[in-house]
This record gives sequence, structure tokens and C-alpha cells, in this order.
Amino acid sequence: MTYLFAAYAVFWGLTFAYVFTIASRQKRLENEIKDLRQSIQGEE
Amino acid sequence: MVQDSRIAALLNWLSGLSMIAALYLVFLYAPTEATMGDVQRIFYFHVSSAWVGFFAFFVTLIAGIAHLRAGSRDSDVVALSSVEIGITFTAMAVITGSIWAKATWNAWWPWQQEPRLVLITILLLLYLAYLMLRAFIEGEERKARFAAVYGIVAFASVPFTFMSVRWWQSLHPVIFEREGMNLSPAMLTTFLFCLVAFTLLYFTLLLHRSRLGRLADEAEGLKEELRFREGGSV
Repeated sequence: MTYLFAAYAVFWGLTFAYVFTIASRQKRLENEIKDLRQSIQGEE
Repeated sequence: MVQDSRIAALLNWLSGLSMIAALYLVFLYAPTEATMGDVQRIFYFHVSSAWVGFFAFFVTLIAGIAHLRAGSRDSDVVALSSVEIGITFTAMAVITGSIWAKATWNAWWPWQQEPRLVLITILLLLYLAYLMLRAFIEGEERKARFAAVYGIVAFASVPFTFMSVRWWQSLHPVIFEREGMNLSPAMLTTFLFCLVAFTLLYFTLLLHRSRLGRLADEAEGLKEELRFREGGSV
């Protein structure tokens, strides 16, 4: 039973970690794009 | 854009619900295997992870061919996204395979008796090298072309890894045989459902990861524009 738990913990741990990295990278890029757009508008 | 987010929301729900249903089938519907007991339930997610890994590398192969033919940026984004997902799921297959080996054969890494465990690790390293190759090449177009060629060549190791249990004597169970599958009907239903659920999860992740690639391109374009407007160079 320990091995079964370990295998499924690895699966869900890696899945959530990957989803979290995608979400945080998306958020960071969205903020960066917003800031860049503001800077470009400021230049105009 | 609105349609994109609707598809993403639909896929999020579908893959979330199908993964919950897969867990239900694995733990409550599928019967306990007579010889191995409950530990056999690792099989459903282990094989499905390996399937997503193989499928993701196949998508990279197709996207690589598409990139070499048409040179589209989107196909390169899909290829990179698919490799990243493939690596994640292949790593899951390697780790859960090793846990299975320990539970079943009392060895974390049975080198000689289990060639597929070794070959799938080599496959994982090959695609990690894909990411390293991209990191070391300068220029987006050059990087995309080299990566496309590498993705096509590296795919040769996928059928080799899949067929290894048939070509060499191995402890690894052979599920897909010419006569059918070595599973009881309830186990087969669970297994096939897991394959579908994992494939849905793959497409959901691919959609989100590809969107990330497009956002990175957009940010890069805006940086260029800002540099141009400022008249400087960084």
C-alpha cells in the first residue's frame, strides 16, 4: 500500500507542480506585457 | 481569443472530471489483481503516463516536420510545449516504474531484467538534451530549425523503447499482444478510460503551454518595439 501511495503521490505532485509553473509563468508574462504596453503608450 | 478561452475552460473541466473518474475506476471499480494485489493499480497511471510521453514526442515530430516545411512559429511553439509535457510524463513513468519494480521484484532499478526502464530513461535524457540544445543556440529561427531536426531524429527512440519488451527477455509485462490485451474486462475498461483521460489532460496542458509560448513571443515583440522607440539597443 505504501508503494501504491508513493506512485500516485509522485504522479499528482509532478502534475500540480507543472500546472503551477505554467500558471505562474503565464501570470508573470501577462504582467510584463501590461507593463510594456504602458511603457509604449507613455512613449507616444 | 474568446473562443480560445472557452475551449481552454471546456478542456479544463473535461480533463479534471475525467481524471476524477479515472481515480474512481482505478481504486473502486477495477478488481484487485490476484498475484500482485493492490500495487497492480500503479499500472493504470504508469502506462498512461508513458503513453502521454510517447504521444507528446510524436506531436513534436509532426510539429517539427510542419516547421521545416512551412517555417511557422506556431509549430515550433507546439513542438517545444509538447516536449516539455512529454518530459514531465516520461519522468512520471520512470519514477512510477521504479516504484512498481521495488514493490514487485524487490529492486528499485532492475537493470538487466528490465531493459525498458533503462531505455525509457535514455529517452527522457534525449528529450532533456532537446531543451539544452534550444538553450545553447542563438537566434530564434536557427534554434527552431535545429530543434525540429533533433525532434524528428530523437523520435526514432520511441518505437525502439516501446518494442524493447518484445525484442529482449524482460520482466516487464506485455499488455498489447496480437491476440488482444492481457487484462480482465473491468481492468481493460479502467485502462482504456485512463488512456483517454490522460490524452485529454495532455491536450489541456498543451493548450496552456502553447499559450505561454505565444505570450513570451508577444512580450519579446513589445520589448523590441520599446527598444526601437527609445532608439537604444540593449
